[in-house]
Amino acid sequence: MAETKDLEALATQVRRDILRMVHQCNSGHPGGSLGCTEFFVALYNEIMELKDGFDMDGKGEDLFFLSNGHISPVWYSILARKGYFPLEELSTFRMINSRLQGHPTTHEGLPGVRVASGSLGQGMSVAIGAALAKKLNKDPHLVFSLHGDGELQEGQNWEAIMYAGSKGVDNLISTIDRNGQQIDGPTEEVMALGNVGAKLATFGWDVLELEDGNDLKAVIGALKEAKSRTGKGKPVAIVMDTVMGHGVDFMMHTHAWHGKAPNDEQLANALAQNPETLGDY
Amino acid sequence: MNNWPMPWPRTRKHWAITNRNPPQMKTYTDQGKQDTRSGFGAGMTELGRTNPRVVSLCADLVGSLKIETFIEENPERFFQTGIAEANMMGIAAGLTIGGYIPFASTFANFATGRVYDQIRQSIAYSGKNVKICASHAGITLGEDGATHQILEDLGLMKMLPGMVVINPCDFNQTKAATLAIAEYEGPVYLRFGRPKVANFTPVDQSFEIGKAVQLQEGSDVTIIATGHLVWESLQAAERLHQQGITADVIDIHTIKPLDEEAILASVAKTGCVVTAEEHNYLGGLGESVSGLLARRYPVPQEFVAVQDTFGESGTPEDLMEKYGINNKAVEKAVLKVLERKAG
Repeated sequence: MAETKDLEALATQVRRDILRMVHQCNSGHPGGSLGCTEFFVALYNEIMELKDGFDMDGKGEDLFFLSNGHISPVWYSILARKGYFPLEELSTFRMINSRLQGHPTTHEGLPGVRVASGSLGQGMSVAIGAALAKKLNKDPHLVFSLHGDGELQEGQNWEAIMYAGSKGVDNLISTIDRNGQQIDGPTEEVMALGNVGAKLATFGWDVLELEDGNDLKAVIGALKEAKSRTGKGKPVAIVMDTVMGHGVDFMMHTHAWHGKAPNDEQLANALAQNPETLGDY
Repeated sequence: MNNWPMPWPRTRKHWAITNRNPPQMKTYTDQGKQDTRSGFGAGMTELGRTNPRVVSLCADLVGSLKIETFIEENPERFFQTGIAEANMMGIAAGLTIGGYIPFASTFANFATGRVYDQIRQSIAYSGKNVKICASHAGITLGEDGATHQILEDLGLMKMLPGMVVINPCDFNQTKAATLAIAEYEGPVYLRFGRPKVANFTPVDQSFEIGKAVQLQEGSDVTIIATGHLVWESLQAAERLHQQGITADVIDIHTIKPLDEEAILASVAKTGCVVTAEEHNYLGGLGESVSGLLARRYPVPQEFVAVQDTFGESGTPEDLMEKYGINNKAVEKAVLKVLERKAG
């Protein structure tokens, strides 16, 4: 296990990457990306068993699917810093001829990505399919997925949630980023989700509630607990409360930074709150 | 580049005279009426026995898709998703990650329009090796009516970059196509139907994706047909032959990629074309052919297709008659296009 302070340093650097990527192309989604930074740092460094290199089939390793593809900046930063592709490629985010599309795709062959996402609500179905393939292959590794809470308004999720519960897809750990915000405002005002954990449990899932998804130790603990609950006949869900825009004071607790880039002054302010730790790309 | 010679001006008199002694026609025998969906089921049974990578998914229509034998023999390789087609398409995409070849099957209406965005993002754009297997396509679904009679699916699917679109004509060809697409790496839309129709192509034929099959040779008109309209076109060609009109009859089982060379070679010979399909004229085979001809070799074309309307309840035969997609409609279209060619 890595030292917590090293992972904290990585999280700070990932925040800088997110902010600089979004600022450079003057577009993208910093809010959800910043809110899920601890999750990605924990998942890729403490939780998933990964092979060296990348192949599409991913046999013999854990897999991750990002359903809410708009938070691509945090995923790209983690993938680059894990060595899936050169760090300097982060500077091509959302630019012409880049493998780092606005929303993640396989089309340009970016290592680490196994399906396109961005049109919301599709990731859990794909993750279930990959989990079923692992069972057929007698591969004991797990499938992880991440979903926005607003995304749960898409009906396909509930088809997938019903399927996984009904069929006992117990090698799947799906995390819901419960930041309570979506483009038009708070989720409970736009279309109330209510008690997400209770809903998942009713559909036959084993549900963990993670109260502070921006506390790195807590995130690692919840993911480890989730792993220990796999293989017991139920899919496992983590309802993870996070703060959108976490780590940048003026981006926190609002949906305003869901899909908006900071200007030069705002970037300087945000970066000052997240000093360089591992070297900028 | 247009590599084809321009057609010489021909008059009605001219084609009538040239065909005073028309060549012999090939004979096609109905081996016994069968539904093309059963051809799919037979193909799945064989794939279940021969290809361990093939898995099957279905959204509560196992009996309609004729996949009971596959399921009975390979229960661990079948996934019943319930009435949830969007999830089925996503699961199919996921199953490719790990090396499987998913055949996701339901009615054509629910396999395309209902799940277009799932197919677009999770399968086509993601380049997943998913076979979308769509039964009860078109108007010959019959009595269930327009809610279930999709006439837009070929257009929807052919517009997706990288999607192969196949519409075989009978039981034997549907079985052969089912086997062939398992060998092809990439997303495929395979369309077939419910009614029992003539089974006239060879048993255990080889099936080459994207390769047209020439069924009759003639010099006056090219008839390009797909799906259930292939047999109808053969019937029409027989009657036209009795009138001294000979037709190239081409079975285009693959709408995309289109066998452009076969079409251009025939049209260069005949100078006019009739396309025939169980689909809206917008977005179907006819439009693919006209697009090709507009770019490479413009000639008169008539469309035997549904004229931008929804269907309705009825027997398949009555519906094909009312909506103008049977052998009589093909015959009529040929006579019209010949008049236009004669100018």
